[in-house]
Amino acid sequence: MSESTAPAAPSGRTLRVCALYPDLMNIYADRGNLIVLERRCAWRGIGFELSASSLGERLDSEGYDLFYIGGGQDRDQRLCAEDLLASKAEALRTAAARDAVILGVCGGYQLLGRSYTLGSERIEGVGLLDLETIREDGPRLIGNVAIEPAGLPGAPAGAVLAGFENHGGRTHLDSGQAPLGRVLRGLGNDGRGRFEGAVAGATIGTYLHGPLLPKNVWFADWLIARALGLDAQALPPLEDEIERQTHAAALRAAGV
Amino acid sequence: MAGLLTAKLAIARGAGALSRLRGSGATSLPGRVLMQLEPSAIATLGGRLAEGSALISATNGKTTTAAMAAGILAGEGVELVHNPAGANMAGGVATALLDAASGGERIAGKLGLFEVDELWLARVAEELQPRAILLGNLFRDQLDRYGELEAIADSWREVLLASDAQAILNADDPLLADLGRERAGVVYFGVQDDSLALPGLAHAADAKHCRNCGAPYVFDAVYLGHLGRYHCPSCGRGRPEPDVRATDVRLQGVRSAAFTLTTSEGSAEVTLALPGLYNVYNALAAAALTSSLGVPLARIVAGLQGTRPAFGRAETVTLSTPRGPRELRILLVKNPAGANEVLRTLTLEDGSHDLLGILNDQIADGRDVSWIWDADFELLAGRIANVVCSGNRAADLAARLKYAGVEEERIRVVPELPAALAAAAEQGERGRPLFALPTYTAMLALRELLASRGEVAGRWS
Repeated sequence: MSESTAPAAPSGRTLRVCALYPDLMNIYADRGNLIVLERRCAWRGIGFELSASSLGERLDSEGYDLFYIGGGQDRDQRLCAEDLLASKAEALRTAAARDAVILGVCGGYQLLGRSYTLGSERIEGVGLLDLETIREDGPRLIGNVAIEPAGLPGAPAGAVLAGFENHGGRTHLDSGQAPLGRVLRGLGNDGRGRFEGAVAGATIGTYLHGPLLPKNVWFADWLIARALGLDAQALPPLEDEIERQTHAAALRAAGV
Repeated sequence: MAGLLTAKLAIARGAGALSRLRGSGATSLPGRVLMQLEPSAIATLGGRLAEGSALISATNGKTTTAAMAAGILAGEGVELVHNPAGANMAGGVATALLDAASGGERIAGKLGLFEVDELWLARVAEELQPRAILLGNLFRDQLDRYGELEAIADSWREVLLASDAQAILNADDPLLADLGRERAGVVYFGVQDDSLALPGLAHAADAKHCRNCGAPYVFDAVYLGHLGRYHCPSCGRGRPEPDVRATDVRLQGVRSAAFTLTTSEGSAEVTLALPGLYNVYNALAAAALTSSLGVPLARIVAGLQGTRPAFGRAETVTLSTPRGPRELRILLVKNPAGANEVLRTLTLEDGSHDLLGILNDQIADGRDVSWIWDADFELLAGRIANVVCSGNRAADLAARLKYAGVEEERIRVVPELPAALAAAAEQGERGRPLFALPTYTAMLALRELLASRGEVAGRWS
């Protein structure tokens, strides 16, 4: 993102968000992520429009700055995966190609990859991230996590993401696929505690919920700026005392 | 063999006594020791109960429903073996049986009445071979411990398939109503009062799709979370007609609720000393269970009306503050559906409220505190005078309230509980009650603090 073209004052702009399957893919309080985006826009005088696209509904690839997909129960995730391929994958690819932000959390992250394999069943994903997820034997990966993200241009120096992971699937990244970050504490993509999430341009997937954005408001601001084509520094700062304590509590819970 | 069992019972009791000497509550430890020594202890001791056992499970309301059923049955003169509040895993059930057991294969009690943790129901049912199983509701709860709802529903289905117990099910919960479709003689309970209908499903509602065919249910009325009157437009499955019903429900703030109770015997007026629609559901569940055990309607009504708040559930305590006495009401919140009912009940009271919210992330609370974002704290925006946030995730709760629209200057973060209670008690108008909204371990900590201040009796009163 070039600084010279970034407008300085965001006020008067509107962030248009589309939540995919908010009625089904919402199991880990995904609503919290959307509320945080909405409030932090409103406090800055940035407009906020939230739309939804669920089963059987078409997706407008041009109409939104940010697409969000959360996690769901296995049964619901299966229904959504079929629908995603049938009626929304093409629009998401088009949106990704024009650099719209696409954020997938937990089940949503898995669906942004190539496939999710449960035993003999293989669920196809959108393929925006070069990775596959396999439900292997062994316990679910559950606990507090902290990661050091990379590949987020303009992120504050030393910024950390903290959250909670709870997934049965192990996600394996292709060698050319960048992770979202290095695991400081926690289990990460495949349970080995090395890397977490994946990022390709403005398409981001992560297992971190809890929810993610209330615990890491710097990342909410990064997403807002990126989705509006602004520099992260272009957003006026907010009174974030409570948010700083929330971030610190999540880091403490993860043992950082 | 009987002598050997007697010795094992003595050892387990001794372990409990030792643990109590060390100051622990020890509500499940003796039972756990006993099960180590005698793996079939629950089956063996439960077999001594002349009238068998009844099991109660649910995400929300187990303790209150069990207390109501116990009150009804005690009024009928039934001698009960009953586990204390919250000690609802196998160890707690075994402890209750151990406490009642005596020599010569005797047991003090005729009927076992046990609340059982959702994940322990299969094990306990297999041991006890109960005569009745009551399943009250199934909501999203502590995903890090319980996993997905569908998995619990599947395990409960197996429990019912393997048992010839009388099933008592909530007709308004589609996940549970489905469990009765494969058996005859199910007793269903439900609410029938569309004046209570909410504008739509709660955000955190689950079970929005038919388990039979996958089509979205059509809800003709939503009463609470995903509980309501529903049908599947695709395969035609709908809410079973309830045998035990509540009509003309009147919710009276945080103090009480009244309704007309109808069973196969007829109808009667009930006034509960407990608030909220969730307690009407608990009362219906207890009425359906005891009615299926043969208790007459008049006795059921008397038992329900005599039930006082269970441990930390709408319990009222008088606090001493430097400015004089102040009423504290403790409303346990532990998952989105339960929290929403507490919040909805609070909004029935006029004016603005002073709150003490206590959020912990211990194992019994759920390590993952994300659930607070599924609860509709937005209901309280504009209705909070002051709120003190406490517990080891105090700041998470403060952030939730801030983003729900509570002005930041009304929110204080005081993680340490004694300081938080003092701060909360001192703010606001003295004549107004203070409402404490603790998670499970926070509720235990709050009660211990109140006990040490002499404001409530001991932990397991």
